[in-house]
Amino acid sequence: MTQVVIICIYLAMLIGLGVVSRKFFRGGSADFFVASRSIGPFVLFMSVFGTTMTAFAMVGSTGESYRVGVATFGKIASSSALVHSAVFFLIGLRLWSLGKRNGYMTQIELFRDRFESKGIGYLLFPILVGLIIPYLLVGLLGAGSFIGGVTRGAFPDVFASTGGAIPPWLTSLVICGVVLSYIFMGGVRSAAWANTFQTIVFMIMGVLAFTLISSKLGGFAAASEMANEAKAVRSGNITELQFLSYMFIPLSVGMFPHLFQNFLTSKNSKNFKFMLIAHPISIMVTWIPCILIGYWATGALMPGTDTPIVPGAASSNAVLGIMVGKLSTPIIGGLVGAGVLAAIMSSLDSQFVSVGTMFTRDIVAHGFGKDRFSDGQMVWLARGFITAIVIITFLFTLAEPRSVFTLGVWCFSGYASLFPIVFATIYWKRVTKAGAYAAIIATAICWFMLFKASGYGANGSYLFGGMMPVAAMFAACAITLVVVSLVTKAPSDETLQKFFPTK
Amino acid sequence: MSKKTLVFGYLVLLAILHQDFWLKDNASLVFGFLPATLAYHMGFVCAAAIGWLMVIKFAWPKGLEGEPDSDSASEGGAE
Repeated sequence: MTQVVIICIYLAMLIGLGVVSRKFFRGGSADFFVASRSIGPFVLFMSVFGTTMTAFAMVGSTGESYRVGVATFGKIASSSALVHSAVFFLIGLRLWSLGKRNGYMTQIELFRDRFESKGIGYLLFPILVGLIIPYLLVGLLGAGSFIGGVTRGAFPDVFASTGGAIPPWLTSLVICGVVLSYIFMGGVRSAAWANTFQTIVFMIMGVLAFTLISSKLGGFAAASEMANEAKAVRSGNITELQFLSYMFIPLSVGMFPHLFQNFLTSKNSKNFKFMLIAHPISIMVTWIPCILIGYWATGALMPGTDTPIVPGAASSNAVLGIMVGKLSTPIIGGLVGAGVLAAIMSSLDSQFVSVGTMFTRDIVAHGFGKDRFSDGQMVWLARGFITAIVIITFLFTLAEPRSVFTLGVWCFSGYASLFPIVFATIYWKRVTKAGAYAAIIATAICWFMLFKASGYGANGSYLFGGMMPVAAMFAACAITLVVVSLVTKAPSDETLQKFFPTK
Repeated sequence: MSKKTLVFGYLVLLAILHQDFWLKDNASLVFGFLPATLAYHMGFVCAAAIGWLMVIKFAWPKGLEGEPDSDSASEGGAE
């Protein structure tokens, strides 16, 4: 009960933050969608970092470390420390510059200009939004599993069917409601502020949970001694090719629509400098406690007994919740619960704003004309579309759940495999409209075929040619893009001058 | 060789060193609690942060600063 009270207080604070940010809301779509491009370095970093760290980073990483060992950190987190900053530097900085110069608010506006094609937006929109849905699902499933784990036995009369735990659907419903309310009040500025606050909360709470759990297990060394030694190595858990091909997945940050929008909120290009250095270090601070908790969970016993803390049949999604629920006090459980929800909501909010922005800018304004609706009406249309996507995602959470980590990997793989398109947009003059169309279609077909072959994510260990499926999808996109571009008509001089101005 | 080349060479080297195949069977614990591969990748993250610090110092692009303000630019892309 105490945990629930603390989490409710935290959620009320977030709504309060939304009310405050509303006072700064200038009313127009430029403020709702890109905060009038006024965000400074610290909030930009916290906002981008909070957005990239979701249930995948806390609930997913703990569960994956429990399942396949500590190599989880190397395969996705340390590679992200190098690749994410590389993408911020090579792609984010250039996108910010192009966005500021040409007034873009979405990726599709950029691609329409670069590829001289109105139709490319209608092809990309369903793909980008479609890939956001599993990303949102990752957050909601992670929240449901975690809260279920920490509240197990707390409400035996009310929720008898879940062993007294708050059911996942109720957690999903509440956090969707909270995020929607503060987003609707202040748009992307509200999301940026909430992300900053929530990123601080989840980093502190992660370290707090780590310290307390290790203490309950007899200290760092005792906890590691109890763990399954087979999970301390890569052999037997992940192959060399699989480990290598995981390096493609962090490229997804170059194609995330919500990160594109986060980049555009920056006041100037210097703000990216802080992000480049702080991002890798923050990844380590966030992931290491979760990886070690998952590793310790492989052999941890309840203090003074021979009973495993995590039952053998437990879902990997529930490992963090079980460890926190069984090894900490209710107050700490509540605080850590707030931290996990913070990590999840700090991604959901940016994703919500992003899908709303794409719908109004790329579909409504583009299809009906910019003057068909007033600025205020555009903001309301965005809110309506966001609500529709949230309802669809919520309904998906009621179906058979997948591993948070696996679902996240499929979502990130889709975005990562489209990376060659954004890279060519910025750096390759010869890329053509036909090349971009062919690459998008080839990638979408390849993604769907491989996702289907994995049992729609049910097989969490699915590999293609011994590698992560992202490697094949990335190759399909890059090869199609290059070959088709080279045999089709080059872009006009006017477009090239716009994107590659001669000084 | 320019500082910029050295910095980017360092980052490429890091990308290669990410594949720590020589530790794949090493189950020893660093400081008594950190599995060797985990300790290695923590060091790798610190090395990456240092690499990005060098990029900022020696290879930050010129010409991005002072871009025309978006307030005076048109909103939106192709219509």
